[in-house]
Amino acid sequence: MELYKLTAHELIKKLKNKETSAQEILSSLTIRIKEIDSKVNGYVRRSKENMDSPLVRSENDSHSGTVPISVKDNICTEGLNTECCSKILGGFNPPYDATVIKKLKEAGMPIFGLKTNMDEFAFGSSTENSSFGPTHNPWNLECVPGGSSGGSAAVVSADEAIWALGSDTGGSIRQPAAFCGVVGLKPTYGRVSRYGLIAFASSLDQIGPITKDVEDCALLMNIISGYDPNDSTSSDTDVPDYAKALVNDVKGIKIGIPKEYFVQGLDPEVKSIIEEAINKLKTLGASSKEVSLPHTQYAVPVYYIIATAEASSNLARFDGVQYGFRSGGLTLIEMYKKTRQEGFGEEAKRRIILGAFSLSHGYYDAYYLRALKVRTLIKQDFDAVFKDFDCIITPTSPTAAFKIGEKVADPLKMYLSDIYTISVNLAGLPAVSIPCGFTKKGLPVGLQILAKPFNEEMLFRVAHTYEENSEWHKMKPKV
Amino acid sequence: MAIDKKTVEYVAHLARIELKSQELEKLSQQLQDILNFVDKLKEINIKDIAPTSHILPINNVLREDIPKDSLAPKDALINAPAQEGSFFVVPKVIE
Repeated sequence: MELYKLTAHELIKKLKNKETSAQEILSSLTIRIKEIDSKVNGYVRRSKENMDSPLVRSENDSHSGTVPISVKDNICTEGLNTECCSKILGGFNPPYDATVIKKLKEAGMPIFGLKTNMDEFAFGSSTENSSFGPTHNPWNLECVPGGSSGGSAAVVSADEAIWALGSDTGGSIRQPAAFCGVVGLKPTYGRVSRYGLIAFASSLDQIGPITKDVEDCALLMNIISGYDPNDSTSSDTDVPDYAKALVNDVKGIKIGIPKEYFVQGLDPEVKSIIEEAINKLKTLGASSKEVSLPHTQYAVPVYYIIATAEASSNLARFDGVQYGFRSGGLTLIEMYKKTRQEGFGEEAKRRIILGAFSLSHGYYDAYYLRALKVRTLIKQDFDAVFKDFDCIITPTSPTAAFKIGEKVADPLKMYLSDIYTISVNLAGLPAVSIPCGFTKKGLPVGLQILAKPFNEEMLFRVAHTYEENSEWHKMKPKV
Repeated sequence: MAIDKKTVEYVAHLARIELKSQELEKLSQQLQDILNFVDKLKEINIKDIAPTSHILPINNVLREDIPKDSLAPKDALINAPAQEGSFFVVPKVIE
């Protein structure tokens, strides 16, 4: 068995038993990447990064549990370029580590020296908007891996990484995890520090794990969760030991099935796979009932107002002064405008201008303020359901992976592919996507489980039980 | 609502992005499509609904006022496109 095929918890066990070494794991991964990443393009290859020695050493060399982790290109890694796959951040070499990176290093986990590909600034659902070219889905190289954390999901799926970090603003961890047949979790807003995550939409962003199975996901959450004085929106709620939540038992668990998610637009094949998974959980002792989230249809429009407004404000800092790319210009304003014209990709410009529009004088009340109010209604829908139910189950995405190029020309169509994941960010809930089957064409389908804020343990319990009683997570793509 | 090219050009200026004429053309149409879609929100009665700008009940996060080390000027400048001494250099601002 090649080491790269193993999960992190399997490797940690081998390391403890002295059956392997950190160096062997790294060599195995490097060989795998050289063999297939030219097809997948899951890692960003900048000219300065050397494929032969792609490891940044951890601070703590004595630790034996060293399983390297791959990190999305929007999470700051000291001394390792972090460019959000955007020309405007070209060459950016962070002078500090994000809090999650610091925590991983303290736990003895080395940071893999190649960052994973993504949609520019996490603007996208397909990883096609990258300045380093699109990532390909390991299950079918003509298909997208989802996005925006498509690189992280693809490298975990193709065994080019043991585990990875992504970020999720409207589904950017869960949707690519579903498309690539791996596990992806978006934590409750505030559970994981955002310090050092290059901000897209600050009230929605969360960093989270993308892993080969649910156990690895819990182990990674144990490391990265918790209060951080450097992120004033991080929560000081106690962090439980998520490994203890890996219980193979769903007896008595009440599952809500939102009727608004099982309507026109949902691929019938995906629908039947999801229904089968719910039935499986029922045979294992859970109960399910149809529930209603009446404002579901408004989630996508609310999201594209709020997320773009926050993005237009956050991305104001990329102006050619402090870091990254600078274009010419005789005056300061001219330099700003030319730098941003040349440095941002098409989708980034679209979102910044849309966001600036809905925040501008005369449109603020009609767009931004209205969207914030409807956000309240969306959150209240979830509060009402969680009074009577332990979790909510939905498809992660209305379809399996689509073809590269299929939706690039129509931004609105692309936005609608996030229809089942967006509400979770607006309401700040935790949610996980786990593999639950394959379409006839051999593409993975993801099951999304949602829970109350700060109840990630419920996600782990339901996801682990499903996984223990299915084989989907063991399937591997042939690349 | 209808968004015209003039408005898009003005907002792009506010956002400090220069748009080429074909970009302006395409973007105006796409923004119009998106706004038509977003106009769906007008169906809802939002009277007496409080806005949610932030999901957690966290307000006024305070900490002790203890001095700590911060990034040294030379580290803060390592990514600067242009620098001089301990300053970022930009095009001339005043005549």
